[in-house]
This record gives sequence, C-alpha cells and structure tokens, in this order.
Amino acid sequence: MSRRGTGVLVAAVVGLGVLLAGAGVSHALQPGEVLSDSKLEQRARGISLGLRCLVCQNQSIDDSDAQVAQDLRRVVRQRLVAGDSDAEVRAYIVDRYGDFVLLKPPFNAHTLLLWLGPVIVLLCGGALVLWGRRRARAGTPALSAAEQAELQKLLDDRERRV
Amino acid sequence: MIVEIGHYALVLALALSVIQTVLPFWGARARDASLMGIGPVAAVGVFVCVAIAFGALTWAYVTSDFTVRNVVENSHSLKPLLFRITGLWGNHEGSMLLWVLVVALFGALLAVARNMAPGVLRADALAVQGLISLAFLTFLVSVSNPFARVAAPPAEGQDLNPILQDIGLAIHPPLLYVGYVGFSLVFAFAAAALIGGRIDAIWARAVRPWCLIAWVFLTLGIAMGSYWAYYELGWGGFWFWDPVENASFMPWLSGTALLHSILVMEKRDALKVWTILLAIMTFSLSLLGAFLVRSGVLTSVHTFATDPGRGLFILAILVFFIGGGFALFAWRAPLLKTGGLFAPISREGALVVNNLLLATACATVFIGTLYPLALEGLTGDKISVGPPFYDATFVPLAMALLLLIPFGQALAWKRGDLADAVSRLLFVMGVSIVVCLAIVFIQRGGPVLAVIGLWLGIFVFVGGANEILSRSWKRGAPLSVILRRAAGLPRSAWGSAVAHAGVGVCVIGLAAQAWSIETLATVRPGQPAIVGPYEVVLTDSFSRQVANYREDVARFHVLRGGAVIRTVDASKRFFPARNTSTTEAGISTIGFGQVYVALGDAGEHGLGVRLYWKPWVLLIWIGAIIAAIGGALSFSDRRLRVGAPTRGRRKDMAATNVPAIATVAAQ
Repeated sequence: MSRRGTGVLVAAVVGLGVLLAGAGVSHALQPGEVLSDSKLEQRARGISLGLRCLVCQNQSIDDSDAQVAQDLRRVVRQRLVAGDSDAEVRAYIVDRYGDFVLLKPPFNAHTLLLWLGPVIVLLCGGALVLWGRRRARAGTPALSAAEQAELQKLLDDRERRV
Repeated sequence: MIVEIGHYALVLALALSVIQTVLPFWGARARDASLMGIGPVAAVGVFVCVAIAFGALTWAYVTSDFTVRNVVENSHSLKPLLFRITGLWGNHEGSMLLWVLVVALFGALLAVARNMAPGVLRADALAVQGLISLAFLTFLVSVSNPFARVAAPPAEGQDLNPILQDIGLAIHPPLLYVGYVGFSLVFAFAAAALIGGRIDAIWARAVRPWCLIAWVFLTLGIAMGSYWAYYELGWGGFWFWDPVENASFMPWLSGTALLHSILVMEKRDALKVWTILLAIMTFSLSLLGAFLVRSGVLTSVHTFATDPGRGLFILAILVFFIGGGFALFAWRAPLLKTGGLFAPISREGALVVNNLLLATACATVFIGTLYPLALEGLTGDKISVGPPFYDATFVPLAMALLLLIPFGQALAWKRGDLADAVSRLLFVMGVSIVVCLAIVFIQRGGPVLAVIGLWLGIFVFVGGANEILSRSWKRGAPLSVILRRAAGLPRSAWGSAVAHAGVGVCVIGLAAQAWSIETLATVRPGQPAIVGPYEVVLTDSFSRQVANYREDVARFHVLRGGAVIRTVDASKRFFPARNTSTTEAGISTIGFGQVYVALGDAGEHGLGVRLYWKPWVLLIWIGAIIAAIGGALSFSDRRLRVGAPTRGRRKDMAATNVPAIATVAAQ
C-alpha cells in the first residue's frame, strides 16, 4: 500500500474514532483493557464470565457494552495485579455489589430450593410415573378362565394356520 | 376515518367474541345444532373484524399518520417502508393487537377446518377460543387502545427503538406469536374435553395438527430470535438464558412434551390425563411468557411499556385462564377413563421418560426464571440466575434426553426389546463414534463435555437417518426398491426422523462452539489480525447517511492463505430521532462457520476489534429449521386428516390382532 494511501486510511480511522467517541458508546472487553501478563489475563476472563453486568439481562461483564461492566472489568484486573486469588477477587466484588453480581447463584439457605428444585421435580415425577403404573396394573383385572380358554383357542387356531 | 373504522372493527370484534363464547357453548349443552352452528360464523366474524382493525393500524403506520398516538410514539416518516409496517408490533398496543389477530386467526381456522373434530367438541373448543379472544379484546379496548389519537399532532414521529429496526422484527414476533397462540387452541380443546368429560384417540387426532403448527412456528420463532440476538447484540452470543428467552423456551419444552404424549394417546389410548394437563400447562406458560414480557415485571428490549395498570390486567387474564384451566382439570379429570397398558421397555415407556425429562427441564427453566423474582419479593435479596446455573441443571437433562432419542425410535410399541434396540443401534453408535473421533482428531482435541455433546448430536442425527434407512432397507434389494420403500413410508415417520435429525444438527452446532476462537486486537489499516484459520484486515472506513440514521462503516477483508476470500462491513449506526446508537457486527459466512467482526473503541493506536471464528455456528439455526420442516412433514400426514381415505391395511390388521391379545394376556 502506498504511503499516501496509508495516511488517508489512518486519518479515516482517527476520524471514525472521533465519530464513535461522540456517540458515547462503550464496548465489550477491548484490546486496551487486556493485561500484558497472559496468565493473569486468562484468570481475569474466567472471573469476568461469571460476573453479571448489573444493568444487563444475564450478560457477563466480559460481553457487555455497559459502562458498569467496563468498570468491573478494570476492578477485576486491578485486584489480580495486586495479587488477589480468584476467590478473593470474587469476594471483593460480592462485598460491594451483593450476590446479584454472581451469574451462578451461591448455594445457601436462600437458594436451596433453586438448586434442589430440578432434582425434586425429577424425583417426584419419577415417583408419580411408578405410582401411576402400579395403580394402572392393579386396576386391570386378570383374564377369567373362560377368556383364557378362548385366547388359547385363538392362539391354537393361528398356530394351525401358520 | 380509516383509523376510526379500525377502532370500530375492534369493538365489533369484542361483541362478536361474546357471541362466539356463549352460543356454541350453550348449543353444545342443549345439543342444538343450529346454536352450535353459529360458533364458526362468529369466529370467522371476529377474525375479519380484527383483521380490519389490524389493516387500519397498518395503514396509519404506512402513511405516517401522526395523529395516532401509537404511530407518533413508534414511527418516523423517514423509516423504510418495511420498518414502518413492522413498527406496528414493535410496541405494546400494536403487539397485543397482533396477538389478538393470531388468536382470532386460530379460531377462524378451527371454524373453517370442518372435518377436524366432532361437533360438540368443536363447539366447546370454539367457545373457549372465543373466551380467550374476548379477554384480550377487552384488554385492548379498555386499557390498551392502539387507535387513540393525540390532541396536537406533531410533524414528526419519535421513531422506533433502533435495535428493533431490523428485518428480525418482521420475522421473529409473528412466528413466535403464531407459536404461542397456537397452543391456545390446544388449550381450548383440552378444556372442551374436560367440559365434555370425554377424551379418546379422536381427540388426539383433532388436536395433534394444531399442536404441530404451534410447535413448528414456536421453534422457528425462537430460532430466529436467537439469530437476531446473535447478529444484533454484537458479541456473538446467541442464547443468554435471559428471562424473556426463557419465557418462550418454557412453552416450547412443554409443547414438545405434549407433541409426544399426544402421539401415545393417539396410538395407544394411554397418558390421557397427563396429556390434558400438559395442554393446559403449555398455554399457561405461553400466557406467563406474555405476562412476563409485556407487564414490565422484567425490563428488557422486549418490554415496550411499563404500565402497572396494564400489567395488572394481563395478570388478571393469566390468573383467570390458568386458574380456570387447572380448576376445570381438578374437577373433571377424575372422570376421564385411563387405558392403554404397556411394558416399561417400549416406545410408550421411552416417551414417558421423554415427557419426564422435558417436564423437568421445563420446571428447571421455570424455577431459574421465577426464583429470583420470588426471592426478591419475599426477602428483598437480589440474586442472578445466569448461564452457569443452567449449565449445571438443564444441560445434563438435555443430554439424557438426546441419548434417549434414538433408543426410543428403535423400540417397538407396547413391549420392546432393549437388546434388540441396542443391536439395531450398533451401526448408528459405530458411525457416530467414528465421525466424532475423526472431527476431534482434526481439531486436535477439545473439552470433554464438548466432545460428548458433539457425539450426542451426531448420534441423534445418524439415528434419525437410520430410522428411515432401517425401515426401507431390504437385504439384497436394488436401490430403486429401497428408495420406493422409503418414499412409501408415512409422512409422520419422515417427520419424526427429520425433526430428530434437525435436533441432532442443532446440537452439533452448539457443541462446535467449544472450538470457536476469539481474538481481541487493535488494528490499523492494512495490518492483519489472526482469528483461527483466517486473517482479518481493516481496509477502509467511511461514513454514510442511510434513511433515518447515520452509519460509520469499517470495511475488512477476510484472508485465507494470503488470498482475500470475503469482504465484510461492521458498522455503528446513530439514530438522531432517539439519540441512540447501535452496533452492527460484520458477519461473513464461510461454509457453515462464520467470521464475526465486532467493532470497539477507536483510539490513537488504531481501531479496537473483537474477532471471532465460529465453526459450524449456522448449524444451530439450520438444525432448528430442519426440525421445523420435520414438524411440517408430520403435519401433512394423511392420518391427521380425519375422513381422508387410508390405504388398505386390513390384511395386516387381521394378522397382528392375535399377538396383540397375547401380549395383553401375558401382562
């Protein structure tokens, strides 16, 4: 690409930047936010995926365009750089925003039914199916001697024909 | 004037819906054919009137009539024609009008489809459907009038939420509504069966086509909604387990269970009470979805108006139909005779497990969606239930269900032989394992769960294909005979095979996302960024004015091995009327995969971009479409058309009768 062409393109990109800045949108995780230490960054991504962007519908802060998500991403990375473990970073954020910020709700007295609910439904449903079977079987009378004889005759007939 | 005609037609529809509710119901009790005969006429009348109202509002939108409040609040004269029309249902009043239109449409379809159901059942079903129209028409006319005028008409409208200005709005809501509301007719049939105290295979036969229509449209509606989110929200996610998505997914799960239990009822006269309960639950979940989305309990892009009065009204409708449905069930269901014995290892047994798993999956989504609301109401604690919860609860259930599909298809009705089914599936298992391992080898490994998911998808897909193959295969027969035999299989057999294969394709697409690649980069023109097997290069950027927005476009080339194979535009749009912006991801389809370019901030170092390579991502939606095609095939089966001549099978019948009796005796 010629030098001049590159110059025009760079100008265009800068122009685009000005336009975009004017629109006032922020974005999902941006290259500029990424930590240079790739191991720390990987941990940051892992933590981010489990944290809810507070103003969004079930979007993680990693994916959200909202300002609050960007702030939280920064906090996560700051804590990691300061030497916190993953659990410490999560605890730090939960202390400030409550359990609401966790996309995976913690297992405690308040969420007992949430976590056990599906298991309970499955067990109850299974029990109901078994109970229904037993009842249906009990409700069906066995064949009487006459019916049994007729059946045997039909079967014999068939055998003879075959 | 046209707007007034629309308003008048809406009120007329309300009056007619009263007639549709009362007279056929009365006629059915009095066994008066002429009274029952009024039902279909009234149902068609309601539909015509609502259609006129809908047409009038469409006219107001197309001509940008800014004397109508609804148009002022949601339209703009510069909007392209398509978005002026679709803007009609991109708001609260309009979307409820669309809802009522579909309710009335189903009532009219039932009225026109003469041979579908016996007289009294049909009359009662029409009456219940009329009651549903009546409830929602009352809502529209009293608190949600789409035809209200403004005192001082402005020169220009306030435009529609820019996110909704998309072809997706033309497709997603109508499909979804036909799906949601289709289940209203199934509900109406269930209520009619309970009122009449009679339910049998004829009922199942009358209901199954409606259930299939609803299911096909709901499947497509959810899939299209997911694809819309995928390309519009700009980070490549396609399912968020967001309460609004869950609201459409719950009736789908329940409706899928219903489709299978109706099959058992039709073929074997079993699971009657459960089928009725599922029919009531499915429509209840549809209503719940409408309530959650429209009442403002959840705020999202789907929530158009947060007006507590309206929320309360919809809640009242919800309580009336759900409460009424379950009360009727509790009162009348004990009257229904149960029948149809079967062994645990049988097609029916497999379908019972299918229903158990689907119902549990549905309950899981229900709990996950409503638990946070309940907890907040009771204790004030706020929690989030996000994707990790569903990964831990829903996914295992879904996997168990997928594993079951080919086995269920291989088992015989009444009494199956598991060893025989397994031996018939050995081929399917072998093929799917080999294919799966080959893919994993080419990809050089992958997460265990994804490999299992991939195998399940392939297993279900091959199982679907095998279903047709095993029924048309004949050792030593020439290909032409096998093809003829395949073509001669009933459409419903094709339908279930195709639908299950579609599910498999969808699961393959979902599992393949574990191999997707993401690259964050700051790019300058001409400088490539690598994403998976491709290179993406920024080549150009420019601005342009389009219709009612300004657009800043960044143009990229996608290269493979140094050669440009695609050009893709990603952009940012600014809508002055609402002072809002949207981002449009650049998506380039390569095979079944896509290169996805999301724009970020531009700074002095260049333009921030988030690049994805998503292998096979299209399979997710293609699979859903295939599944819907399967549903449509099943719908077209002649068996569903009562009165249509069936092919002579009398000989077979005589031969199979005797062993059937023997099986009963053995139990």
